[in-house]
Amino acid sequence: MDKREKDIEKLKDYKYGFSTDIENIRAPRGLNEDVIKFISNIKKEPKWMLDFRLKAFERFKQLKEPDWQKPKYPKIDYQDLYYYSAPKSMNDKPKSLDELDPKLLETYKKLGIPLQEQARLNGIAVDAVFDSVSVATTFKDELTKQGIIFCSMSEAIQKHPDLVKKYLGTVIPTTDHFFATLNSAVFTDGSFVYIPEGIKCPMELSTYFRINASETGQFERTLIIADKGSYVSYLEGCTAPMRDENQLHAANVELIALDDAEIKYSTVQNWYPGDENGKGGIYNFVTKRGLCKGKNSKISWTQVETGSAITWKYPSCILKGDNSIGEFYSIAITNNHQKADTGTKMIHLGKNTKSKIISKGISAGFSDMTYRGLVDINSKAKNSSNYTQCDSLLMGNKCGAHTVPYIKNKNFDSNIAHEATTSKISEEQLHYCQQRGLNSEEAVGLIVNGFCKEVLQQLPMEFAVEAQKLVGISLEGSVG
Amino acid sequence: MTEQIKTDFEKIVKASAFSEKDVELKKMHLNKFLKTGFPTRKLENWKFSDLSQIIKKNIGELSFYNDYSFPNKIDTSIFVEGLEHNKIVFINGRVEKVDFTHEDHDKIEINDDFKFVNRSEDNNSLLSLNNAFTNKCYKITVKKNYSLKKPLVVYHSTSNKITSRNINLKLEFQLEQNSSLRLIDLFNDRAENNFINIFYNFDLKENAILKNYKIDKVQNKNIRYSYNNIEQDDNSVSETFILSSGSNFSKNEINCNLKGEYSSAFVNGIFSLNDGQHHEVRTIINHLVENTKSYQLIKSVLGKNSKSAYQGKIFVDSKAQKTDGYQLSKAILLDETSEFNAKPELEIYADDVKCSHGSASGSLDENSIFYLMSRGLNYQQSKELLINGFLLDVVEKITDTEIKNLVKNMIGLKE
Repeated sequence: MDKREKDIEKLKDYKYGFSTDIENIRAPRGLNEDVIKFISNIKKEPKWMLDFRLKAFERFKQLKEPDWQKPKYPKIDYQDLYYYSAPKSMNDKPKSLDELDPKLLETYKKLGIPLQEQARLNGIAVDAVFDSVSVATTFKDELTKQGIIFCSMSEAIQKHPDLVKKYLGTVIPTTDHFFATLNSAVFTDGSFVYIPEGIKCPMELSTYFRINASETGQFERTLIIADKGSYVSYLEGCTAPMRDENQLHAANVELIALDDAEIKYSTVQNWYPGDENGKGGIYNFVTKRGLCKGKNSKISWTQVETGSAITWKYPSCILKGDNSIGEFYSIAITNNHQKADTGTKMIHLGKNTKSKIISKGISAGFSDMTYRGLVDINSKAKNSSNYTQCDSLLMGNKCGAHTVPYIKNKNFDSNIAHEATTSKISEEQLHYCQQRGLNSEEAVGLIVNGFCKEVLQQLPMEFAVEAQKLVGISLEGSVG
Repeated sequence: MTEQIKTDFEKIVKASAFSEKDVELKKMHLNKFLKTGFPTRKLENWKFSDLSQIIKKNIGELSFYNDYSFPNKIDTSIFVEGLEHNKIVFINGRVEKVDFTHEDHDKIEINDDFKFVNRSEDNNSLLSLNNAFTNKCYKITVKKNYSLKKPLVVYHSTSNKITSRNINLKLEFQLEQNSSLRLIDLFNDRAENNFINIFYNFDLKENAILKNYKIDKVQNKNIRYSYNNIEQDDNSVSETFILSSGSNFSKNEINCNLKGEYSSAFVNGIFSLNDGQHHEVRTIINHLVENTKSYQLIKSVLGKNSKSAYQGKIFVDSKAQKTDGYQLSKAILLDETSEFNAKPELEIYADDVKCSHGSASGSLDENSIFYLMSRGLNYQQSKELLINGFLLDVVEKITDTEIKNLVKNMIGLKE
């Protein structure tokens, strides 16, 4: 087989594995104050933003990398990474899509993301982030009419500094843990969403992240604010080319819901997971946290985690407002040598707060899957309740499934119920499906989809189809 | 603390007739303990109870020296009445009496010079402390095919003279093939503000049956730590019941290695706490081979200012197919100052297993109280009835009728 054919063969497994040849501008290698100033400078940021970064960096220098997690990884040399990489053509930001580098457009076409507004039928507003910068945001005009702000973080810092200043870092402060603080210091771009009072966002908002350059860390920052009585549903997708080295992705996502507002945040994470021998792949160390600040507010996380060599994240809800609701729906699938340590934290502070956790983990091959969660009901959170269910499915005896829930109840008016099971696909179910003409792989696919249904249902329709396919692809070759 | 512990250690070495080799070994353990000190919240296993802080707050400075040269007088009033039994009596950590009058003497072997070796949890600093300071370790072997006719009661008591002391004791049990032992640990303390550190090691051979009942019922102001290590061969059964209610602070750890096929382990526990008490149970059940089974049920009733924690872990090795593991923890919080923490953990590497856990906590069900009150009970009675029913469920799991009745009488549960 010649090289070309081999490449094609390889791409079959992970169809987003191609890389695009685009000229890049990079910050100098390494992490120091100059690099942070370089990033801030190239983005023409105001002084307060630079101060925010430097403050975080000061703190970062004192922090130690955590090591309590289950999936261990070789030490990352933070001085050997590029912290900023952007397509050269983006240096002077194009005014319309027509001015975009055609290669970039083609990349997104290959990924199946319609940046051209002709794809209006799709009805999703997209913000595309390529390496470190946001390259295009669609449907801007329509959203602006309603007063909705949906743009890249850099643009928001320029155009809506008041909002950014008021909310950035209020949920994930610069004094947070190691990776979150690193992000606060060097974040490059991301999405910014503001939904004004009483507005229901008419379409799904979506961000598509793509890592292209090698040896680059991607640090994006997303901030979503839902003002009183508003509603927004936000989707996030991610892919990366296949490379032999591991790449770091440490994003921060902050959600803030004011009185009566609702935010629905869905993720389909499909970063490159590495090859079947565990070589390469993305380290996905993400901090996601939502604050139900106002009363009657609601934040709902839905995630389908199929990619990344190591996934390490806990999308959390701080239920501060009375009667607020937090939800977490998750499917995590690991195959080959993938490792995932994921779950959620529900922190009940307000009265009558409710939370629900549904987590489904599937591990196959040599992979390891951990659910780690915290439910903490504070003594002031009268009449609160939590329901947790985490189920794991194992395929083969080379993989592992672990459940580590922490339950803290300090309030006698509140109820916590927790259930977890671990099992394998029963022979009977398999037999039944195969009897009716499905081959063993199809049968497993069907049963797994049934197992995940509770979570898949929570996804917006367009994503649900993609997610369902992903579930099937991720487990290919793990049966028999 | 470091100076105190070193001088106390020297004193002990001088007073006793340890061989040079023993002293060396003890020194090694002492240094191991000194390296880490008492466990703090930073250790995952002590996340819910910071022992270092608890000792500091309740006792202050501990002294580690205990004079074991003179026997203590045994207060016979502590003996259980209405139950014929064998006895081991500890007073202030010194064995005062070993009495197996009800048994065939050639079937039981008692060795009082046993060198205690613990196979697992080598980094447990409290074990190092225990190894450094216990003066004598008894090993009790139950011979092949012998079942003790009467239960063995181990009395743990202290005289009221001592305070702010660290007391260490340990026992080693070996149950040979087809043997069985019923063991009751009865805690009866006169002294206050001491830290009591207990290690047990059980070695269960094929078909052996161990039933261990740990009863901490009498109110006392001591801090207690107890660790059971249980090794199990084919077909062996271990049953552990914990009644955790008397001490100010108490932590029971059960580490169980299911090494033989068809072996099974049961851990059941009751926490009934009040007034600033803080108790914890931590279990680790290691399923290492095929066809093993474990079952755990822990229930708490928490009054004013009390706190209970349950950390349970089921580990299933990749070889241990067909494992059946179950954990359930439930808590009733009676007051706004009570707190319940749980960490029911599963770590599974085999696919053909049935493992599940459940945890629930909340207040008493108002509807049930209403139901009972509408049938003529007053509020207090209804509450008691519901709590009794809640706890009775665990007591009913005790497989030995004689002891079940004893426990029921002790905690005043009626059917």
